[in-house]
Amino acid sequence: MAAQVSYDEVETGTELPARSFPVTRETLVRYAGASGDFNPIHWNERFAKQVGLPDVIAHGMFTMAEAIRVVTDWAGDPAAVVEYGVRFTKPVVVPDDDQGAVIEVSAKVAAKLDDQARTVRVDLVATCAGQKVLGMSRAVVRLA
Amino acid sequence: MALDQSFVGRTYPATEPYEVGREKIREFAEAIGDTNPAYTDPEAARALGHPDVIAPPTFVFAITYRAAGQVVTDPQLGLDFSRVVHGDQQFAYTRPVRAGDRLSATSTIEVIKSLAGNDVLTIRGEVHDQHGEHVVTTHMKLVARAAEEA
Repeated sequence: MAAQVSYDEVETGTELPARSFPVTRETLVRYAGASGDFNPIHWNERFAKQVGLPDVIAHGMFTMAEAIRVVTDWAGDPAAVVEYGVRFTKPVVVPDDDQGAVIEVSAKVAAKLDDQARTVRVDLVATCAGQKVLGMSRAVVRLA
Repeated sequence: MALDQSFVGRTYPATEPYEVGREKIREFAEAIGDTNPAYTDPEAARALGHPDVIAPPTFVFAITYRAAGQVVTDPQLGLDFSRVVHGDQQFAYTRPVRAGDRLSATSTIEVIKSLAGNDVLTIRGEVHDQHGEHVVTTHMKLVARAAEEA
């Protein structure tokens, strides 16, 4: 474990660098292949609309994977993440155009948990088109 | 129809080992656009103290989700999978998943409840390596939306 951020240097309220993650139909096809999740709501507009969705939506697990990058990029070693959990509150709708959608992720240190284990709780906020797409999005991170 | 509460605590057989390969981790990292060298460069991973490249935190979901397939398709449980959405997902790691791991997942039904006609099912996944050592515990909450009135 080799986190590059020191526990002693962070405080409750410390903000992590925010990121924007674009997602297009091509992104979803790639993610489907890499993850093995071929549910057609993530690539077939006709099917998505038949089941009552406005359009194709991103895999919730894709959004979850993008959001934690704000933490792993900050910490340096991805293994610094010892716990991670989210609630899927709204779908990320991905139109069939060149822009697709953009997932905006911000995060801050919500609490210093354990001086011995050097762990902090990071709360994440992920939005798309102004709506929160993840709720209760939290990670426990072990710092240097 | 509400799910049978007596299924709470039921554990399903461990899955056959999934062998984690460097190239599968690379494919997954590229699919999420993550260029962290710990996922693709063994030297960079070793510099961080890992024996080989590690996987992004959510990579293991593919393994626990497949294991949970035994639960959601259990005809005795009778979940209507066509109405299921993914509610919550949690991971608690003992260590990161890494190339060379042979991982088995065991699924246990932890919670069954009914909320406003929706069935809520929480499945815990315990992932162990080929040495029997714990790697990660996952929780997946599924919500089966109530069927529309006929």
